[in-house]
Amino acid sequence: MTKQPAAVIGIGQTHHRAKREDVSMAGLCREAIDRALLDAGMTFDDIDAVVVGKAPDLFEGVMMPELFLAEALGAAGKPLLRVHTAGSVGGSTAIVAASLVQAGVHRRVLTVAFEKQSESNAMWALSVPVPFVMPVHAGAGGYFAPHVRSYIRRSGAPTHVGAIVAAKDRQNALLNPYAHLKNPDTTVESVLASQMLWDPIRYDETCPSSDGACALVIADADTAASITDPAWIHGTVMRSEPTTAAERDQVNPLAGRAAAAALWKQAGITNPLEEIDAAEIYVPFSWFEPMWLENLGFAPEGTGWQLTEAGDTALDGRLPVNASGGVLSSNPIGASGMLRFAEAALQVRGQAGEHQVDGVRRALGHAYGGGSQFFAMWVVGAEKP
Amino acid sequence: MARTLSQPVTVTFDYTRSTGPVIGRFLTGLRDGVVLGGRTADGRVLVPPPEFDPQTHAATTDFVEVGPGGVVDSWTWVPEPVAGQPFDRPFAWALVRFDGADCAMLLALDADHDAIATGMRVTVRWADERVGAITDIACVEPSAGDLGFDTLAALAAQPAAGEPVTGVVSPISLDYLYAASPEESAFFSGLAEGRIIGQRCPVCHKVYVPPRGACPVDGVPTTDEVELPDSGTITTFCIVNVPFLGQRISPPYVSAYVLLDGADIAIQHLILEVPADEVRMGMRVEAVWRPRDEWGTTIENIAHFRPTGEPDADYETYRMHL
Repeated sequence: MTKQPAAVIGIGQTHHRAKREDVSMAGLCREAIDRALLDAGMTFDDIDAVVVGKAPDLFEGVMMPELFLAEALGAAGKPLLRVHTAGSVGGSTAIVAASLVQAGVHRRVLTVAFEKQSESNAMWALSVPVPFVMPVHAGAGGYFAPHVRSYIRRSGAPTHVGAIVAAKDRQNALLNPYAHLKNPDTTVESVLASQMLWDPIRYDETCPSSDGACALVIADADTAASITDPAWIHGTVMRSEPTTAAERDQVNPLAGRAAAAALWKQAGITNPLEEIDAAEIYVPFSWFEPMWLENLGFAPEGTGWQLTEAGDTALDGRLPVNASGGVLSSNPIGASGMLRFAEAALQVRGQAGEHQVDGVRRALGHAYGGGSQFFAMWVVGAEKP
Repeated sequence: MARTLSQPVTVTFDYTRSTGPVIGRFLTGLRDGVVLGGRTADGRVLVPPPEFDPQTHAATTDFVEVGPGGVVDSWTWVPEPVAGQPFDRPFAWALVRFDGADCAMLLALDADHDAIATGMRVTVRWADERVGAITDIACVEPSAGDLGFDTLAALAAQPAAGEPVTGVVSPISLDYLYAASPEESAFFSGLAEGRIIGQRCPVCHKVYVPPRGACPVDGVPTTDEVELPDSGTITTFCIVNVPFLGQRISPPYVSAYVLLDGADIAIQHLILEVPADEVRMGMRVEAVWRPRDEWGTTIENIAHFRPTGEPDADYETYRMHL
């Protein structure tokens, strides 16, 4: 199976905030799109197709928002696809856009993902009671907290590792002008002192609720040749698995492991810890950093926390993780996955500004969604594959 | 008894929409008693104004007052209105092209069926109280007289008053019937008799509770019924300290995965009769049933689980469930 080379040549995102009351959903998307088109040196006339993604419709209460958004997204007269894979959707959407180019169907594809969480309440939207079932559900935090407890038990990790992640990502966010949370005083100690929300997850170990969007222009080799610093796509993988199954491993899900193995193979990577220079990993709750480090194969099972504790995932570490501040600092859910993919591309292009990691040649973008059942990831690199 | 159980569910929320500058301008106009269109680069006037120009993609900035009179381009009769529609008596939906506009807008038309015709002139009937929402246009109605000028509607126009509209509240309410699968229905019906019913996969031999009808791993029907005891082991859990909208149990509470003895998948339930900070992985627990006369076809027949006092289960017995 031979794919056409494809590259990210335009990147745009909004300033993520708790409430963007100054713009509509269309306006929010356009803010990111206009920046991505400007970055690519293009206009809508240059775009062949549009791929849009967002998380569950209950978040904004608009069924199939792509219908009313079509015109504002510049999709009139062009193919418009909407992708939906829960929290991983931003990543899946970028992959669908990339695949249209890699398949040779289109040359220049615009992709955008967004969430306007201030229009409702995600905690409510994720906890709507189901008849006959015990109403113990308590949002995403309530869902993931027991699995975080399982990770701590299985790995024997010291209980402050989650706080290390949260403090690191919040400090990184100070270097990212688009990040939502700007809390300069966050330290490991302050995280540990914050309120226990879903024991063992503390308030400062959770992601915020944000309004925001992210857009990318993905193009074929001929188009990418015209710009100086494309981020070439070296591999893309999506995998899924059942939400629940007997003895399903929710700490180290099979679909994530399989996706990572396939991704490294596609990208020609044999030792990801050595060969990946920066990683943007979907970490909505702090402990998912060590969990996903293991799931992605950066560390043997049960040892991911050692990389975090040793400072290897810090901005100046061996494998900087979430130099942008990550999901812990900005979480427009539908866009959060695409932001990981976009930040990986920014790192490869050397355009990450103050949170740029030195000398990035290859970077990982990663997203997961649902009950850790959807995975989407890509590797981008400075060199044409 | 019906083969499957069902129950009505209503999901409601008041969504808060930020309008952005273009829709905000349109709604501000309605509040002030004028209908505004947006002029596109090719000179057309579209109502409501599009946020972005369909050809140039630039944000709409040129607003034009249209109406309040207009022409019916097409219409359809609604003989039996449903809840939430503008009238509780028969009315028409009409595509109304306001004077000065180049496209039609869908609005309710309040008129007798026999008085409606394509091409008829209509005018806006404003709501008694205008708040800056689409419902400020109560409907359109046949124009009075042949002047082609709609005096009463025009008189409603008033100078801009108050702050520009930047948001609207959209109350949404969804009513639907939740239907449990036949296998879940058997499970819930069993609970009404104090029994816990699972099913075993004939391929992997895993016992699912509640039963699924099909094994999610092997994809084959799970036909072998298994009755399970009401005791088990806590695999993992969290303590919910956070209050939220729609919550039905007051925090703090322990939400735990309980692996019933003989089952291969844990169920989520509440742990009580023990301080939250003493709940442990591996703790042995048993169901506390509500009084029999309160039972229904629901897992809530089990009020909660409580410790049995037995020694904790060996880690190896539940390790695969973490």
